[in-house]
Amino acid sequence: MLSRAGTGKTTPMSVAAGKVSDSEKQVSTSALLDVRDLSVSFRDDAGWVQMLNNVAFTVKRGETLGIVGESGCGKSLTALSVMGLLPKRGCRRTGAIVFDGRDLAALGESGMRQIRGRQIGMVFQEPMSALDPVFTVGDQIAETVRTHFPVSQREAKERAVEALASVRIAGPANCATQYPMSLSGGMRQRVMIAMALVCEPKLLIADEPTTALDVTIQAQIMELLLELGQRTGTALLFITHNLGLIAESCERMIAMYAGEVVEDGPVESILQRPLHPYTAGLLESLPGRRAPKSRLSSIPGRVPSAREMPVGCRFGPRCNYAAAACQEPQRLRAVDDRHVRCVRASDLALAGAGV
Amino acid sequence: MNKLWRLLGRRLLQFLPILVFATFVVFGLLQLVPGDPALSLAGDYASTQRIAEIRHEYGFDQPLVVQYGIWLWHAMHGNLGLSLFSSEPVTQLIEDRLPNTIMVAVYALVVASAIGIPLGVLAATRSGSKIDSFVTSTASMGVALPSFWLAMILALQFSLYRHWFPTTGAADFFTDPAGAISHATLPAIALAVGVVATLARQVRSDLLEVLNQQYMRTLRAKGLSNGAILWKHGLRNVSATLLTLTGLQVNRLFSGAVVIEAVFAIPGVGSLVSYSAINKDFPVVQGVVLVLVLIVISVNLFVDIITALLDPRVTAST
Repeated sequence: MLSRAGTGKTTPMSVAAGKVSDSEKQVSTSALLDVRDLSVSFRDDAGWVQMLNNVAFTVKRGETLGIVGESGCGKSLTALSVMGLLPKRGCRRTGAIVFDGRDLAALGESGMRQIRGRQIGMVFQEPMSALDPVFTVGDQIAETVRTHFPVSQREAKERAVEALASVRIAGPANCATQYPMSLSGGMRQRVMIAMALVCEPKLLIADEPTTALDVTIQAQIMELLLELGQRTGTALLFITHNLGLIAESCERMIAMYAGEVVEDGPVESILQRPLHPYTAGLLESLPGRRAPKSRLSSIPGRVPSAREMPVGCRFGPRCNYAAAACQEPQRLRAVDDRHVRCVRASDLALAGAGV
Repeated sequence: MNKLWRLLGRRLLQFLPILVFATFVVFGLLQLVPGDPALSLAGDYASTQRIAEIRHEYGFDQPLVVQYGIWLWHAMHGNLGLSLFSSEPVTQLIEDRLPNTIMVAVYALVVASAIGIPLGVLAATRSGSKIDSFVTSTASMGVALPSFWLAMILALQFSLYRHWFPTTGAADFFTDPAGAISHATLPAIALAVGVVATLARQVRSDLLEVLNQQYMRTLRAKGLSNGAILWKHGLRNVSATLLTLTGLQVNRLFSGAVVIEAVFAIPGVGSLVSYSAINKDFPVVQGVVLVLVLIVISVNLFVDIITALLDPRVTAST
């Protein structure tokens, strides 16, 4: 278990108390990132399609927040929206992204450049293709430093080597002279992490950082991310489809389904007693929770396509507990220590992970 | 660095067989051309005996391989023989005329790169826009445009009607640079149009592919400006293919020069080789081919080295 024991940062869930709706989420003073009513639409030949629907969540300073959901649920799109990396044409973004007191959604491209890499770092899923093949990794890290700090070429190189050392690469000075193609996937992901953290950002967004790596490397990379986050006080927004990784590494999590947040709360209590049938389904599908050799459980059906979203609860058609009230659009409601987008949240008793 | 040396060594080893093969093919092809140089050398009223003497004198009675071997041996010693007609040394003929050809070819290459590459970049960064479709369609037209036709139109418009440029001839670049440039301008433009189109199309498609790579998103996530991403990372990534393509254009420019020099009556190696071939002046044709092959191979070797220095993937894959 890679729990973050002894951080002392597990403040009482301040957001849990008040009446919180999609549009008026309380801004805790300690919130580093406060995403409100984030909606994103794309245009294709047939017109506009909404991919994200009023996504709202907060990340506190130094906190580790996990976002979990199936492919296509909008996890990565949320991350790219925060970074302002959505395509310029054929894409519409509404809502507020308040980071460190400033609304990034209202910031222009040049303002965003000051934030990217400096205030918010990002690690992507595919380490094999995320680095420029024709520059040495040292140059690529030094470039990030030189973009944000007025330092000499030599000093930037030194910082790059230090950054490589901090992600525990043996022989960092030698590694800095290598081209990405001569490094393994795990090494490249370490380089990506070094590059994302070299300017000591306040927030690190890790979008499926271990998905493309093999299992033994996965654990090392997760451990590294958590340790570095803790050491530098960098908050971590960790995106994955692997609920098991979130269980091991995060304090709080949100579950996303079909472009919406369906459940938001402390990891421990969600694992013990999920309130949304979708979260319960994800827990159910975790291998190792059932007797060996029994069939793996899965959620029946498929995610509805963005063009054919149900009017009511988006999970309704796949839900075993769907009732008449589920035909109505669902809003995120506060229940106990969390938010959940389910009208039946209070009267269902869903099975937890039994941890 | 070791890899680079190995690449270089291998390229140099390939150099020699290519050279021998190319000159041998040309040597052999000349034998297939109908007509006998000994007959034309001997004149209309020569006796059979005189013709046989001439054959013997020039070595035409030897087997092909022997003739070729003798030529090669002399060539290695810097002796390309004498022209069958003017009796001037072939090396002298080439020395006089090569600068005029190089002037036109280099001029065309510079013009074509200066226009074609930025056009390709513009089209790639604004892909799908009106500028892009304009560049793409104009480039398709430019590729299809025959350079000799363009040369005649240019000569008609800009030298015969408007008298902006001289119609024919050439000037020495070192003694009269202005004259050399003005003489070479129209031929260079005629040659450059096709190259501009090829370069613009290739730069557009290569750059578009690079700009859609995952690492471009990483660069934006680092906080780099669009300019830095395009000019530093984008161009560096297409530089290898771009240079290779430019190297290939050199071959194309030299072969195009043969026709263009005829149109503008430029005393270059192109016009030299074309009338020497018609007159079956073997030693001259052989000599020019040898020099052109040397130039083309050297340019490609140079391109290989630069490419390997710019893109680490090149040395890794060889």
